[in-house]
Amino acid sequence: MARSVTPRRKAMFTIFAWAIGLIIFFPILWTILTSFKTEADAIAYPPKFLFFNWTLENYVVVQERSNYMHYLWNSVVIAGGSTILGIIVAVPAAWSMAFVPSARTKDILMWMLSTKMLPAVGVLYPMYLIFIKLGWLDTKIGLVVVLMLINLPIIIWMLYTYFKEIPGEILEAARMDGASLKEEILYVLTPMAIPGIASTILLNVILAWNESFWTLNLTAANAGPLTAFIASYSSPEGLFYAKLSAASTMAIAPILIMGWFSQKQLVRGLTFGAVK
Amino acid sequence: MTLHFRALLGATALCSVATFVAADSITIATVNNGDMIRMQGYTDQFTAETGIDVNWVTLEENVLRQRVTTDITTKGGQFDIMTIGMYETPIWGKNGWLVPLNDLSADYDVGDLLPAMAGGLSYDGTLYAAPFYGESSMVMYRTDLMEKAGLTMPEAPTWTFIREAAAKMTDRANDINGICLRGKAGWGEGGAFITAMSNSFGARWFDENWKPQFDTQQWADTVNFFKGMMDESGPTGYATNGFNENLSLFQQGKCGMWIDATVAASFVTGADSTVADSVGFALAPDNGLGKRSNWLWAWALAIPAGTQKEAEAKQFIEWATGKGYIDMVAAKEGWANVPPGARTSLYANPDYQAVPFSKMTLDSILSADPLHPTVDPVPYVGIQFAAIPEFAGIATDVSQEFSNAYAGQQTVEEALAKAQAIATDAMQAAGYN
Repeated sequence: MARSVTPRRKAMFTIFAWAIGLIIFFPILWTILTSFKTEADAIAYPPKFLFFNWTLENYVVVQERSNYMHYLWNSVVIAGGSTILGIIVAVPAAWSMAFVPSARTKDILMWMLSTKMLPAVGVLYPMYLIFIKLGWLDTKIGLVVVLMLINLPIIIWMLYTYFKEIPGEILEAARMDGASLKEEILYVLTPMAIPGIASTILLNVILAWNESFWTLNLTAANAGPLTAFIASYSSPEGLFYAKLSAASTMAIAPILIMGWFSQKQLVRGLTFGAVK
Repeated sequence: MTLHFRALLGATALCSVATFVAADSITIATVNNGDMIRMQGYTDQFTAETGIDVNWVTLEENVLRQRVTTDITTKGGQFDIMTIGMYETPIWGKNGWLVPLNDLSADYDVGDLLPAMAGGLSYDGTLYAAPFYGESSMVMYRTDLMEKAGLTMPEAPTWTFIREAAAKMTDRANDINGICLRGKAGWGEGGAFITAMSNSFGARWFDENWKPQFDTQQWADTVNFFKGMMDESGPTGYATNGFNENLSLFQQGKCGMWIDATVAASFVTGADSTVADSVGFALAPDNGLGKRSNWLWAWALAIPAGTQKEAEAKQFIEWATGKGYIDMVAAKEGWANVPPGARTSLYANPDYQAVPFSKMTLDSILSADPLHPTVDPVPYVGIQFAAIPEFAGIATDVSQEFSNAYAGQQTVEEALAKAQAIATDAMQAAGYN
């Protein structure tokens, strides 16, 4: 039976939800506002919220100093490439775990997830040495592979959850109609799981876009993405907060816009299977 | 061969081409600060003169340390020049990780480098990094507030005077703190300050047998004095203030005194400062024990051993740290903006002598002795650090304990006891004792 909600109660929930949303969004808002301040206004106390001398100077300086498009292109290739590669590997893996489980499937899933619990720095040196041997240091292909690998457990877990919601009888019917394994996955399973795959792709792009440990440690002048672009404006000896904010705003803008337009799919995908 | 396989091969080939780097280019890892960014702006000049392209990788100081350390210890070869400091240079030079800079040209005039800088960037008498700019630390103070307090800042003040002056200059009603100092955890932040300060109190990190000394009265005096003075006259939340936070406070007129890096002098007298016209300078304080509390640091350019572009890298280092670069910056941006603290000739130049903070910067640098940093003898080199590989890790943890004490989360005695335990464990694990 549905619980009745009074207008007052609904208004309270709405205000509460907006308050939580604003608290979460505030650091981003503050970064964007600071990017339009002078360095003096950026450090002013009490802080200046809206009434300051608005300026585009920081964006001009950042554009002059750094090749933004170079970093942006690297981010697009690395986030996109690792996501595509991850989906190619994860779909068959999740299919087998969801529809042909073995006695150890749950253990394997937990083991995969446990790799995410290892601090990345713990494997920095082995990874670095492997990259040297493969000639992958400061290359986009190297980062595509490493980001695919570190996000793979999450992709497989998400896809596994979605696939479990699909009745196995549908796949059995496809098999009885003579579909091969490839056809079963490509033409039956995948279309039905498109909302789940879309949200997995979106989440993986966001994770890969924001990843900063490996992208800073395995790149130099060629393959550095937008995380390296932001890092170049951080300084413990000198006040460059406004420029750092401008660089940060430029780096997060593409992913923020993408997330804004795809929020329905993202929320739908993340809550898929949460209510039965 | 399928179409897909051919496409894959093609993509791989494209990636290989994309990662090809022109022969006449060098890659430099550097920090993000005003002087380094200015140098990047003049790179086109170097390329025009030599035909060598320069790729910059700019990172925050601590990220840069981790990044270049990983690369040099694994011989990754990602960088042809690294920006490193006085802490890393002797350690890396000893390990054979850096190319000796013992064949720089006569025009470069190695003898013109300030002896303190050249000494701190050498190992066993061999120069391994060329100083781009150097710094010590000194007192920066508000002349108007000092006058209002009825005091005159001596050229070489004592800690007792500083504490008394800080108390008199403090005006809580008008949000003025008598003194602003680094309390933030981190070996290069609050750790550097308290270590340099401890030297003037007769304390030391290790005795001659590498035994940690935090259980001595000198360390208790140092940390208690620091905390007592800051609780009386420092800003709220000083336990989390580092260079940037104090710079911000000073520029907004909220500090009577600030003891920090000499490079800050150009900031507090610059266009962004609201108190630019009323700033004076003095030597870092002492306690009458023969050692002042100023440090010595240089950001320097070094060549990692194994680079394929050693000759090009040396060309760049000679250009960037040579006299010609200083003259070029002076001509285009004024003498106050040239990289300070590296060359003797700069301080003999009458134009530079006219810059308000030049004399005090030189005096501070000259009064620092990294080979004999403490009152009692020590087995290490370095003033605000001990040039051993274990120091950074130990000092980061120790400075965290001190910050907790400043914040009132534990007593000074507890912090010192923990510091002693941390340092003892680490030194024993490393095989020192």
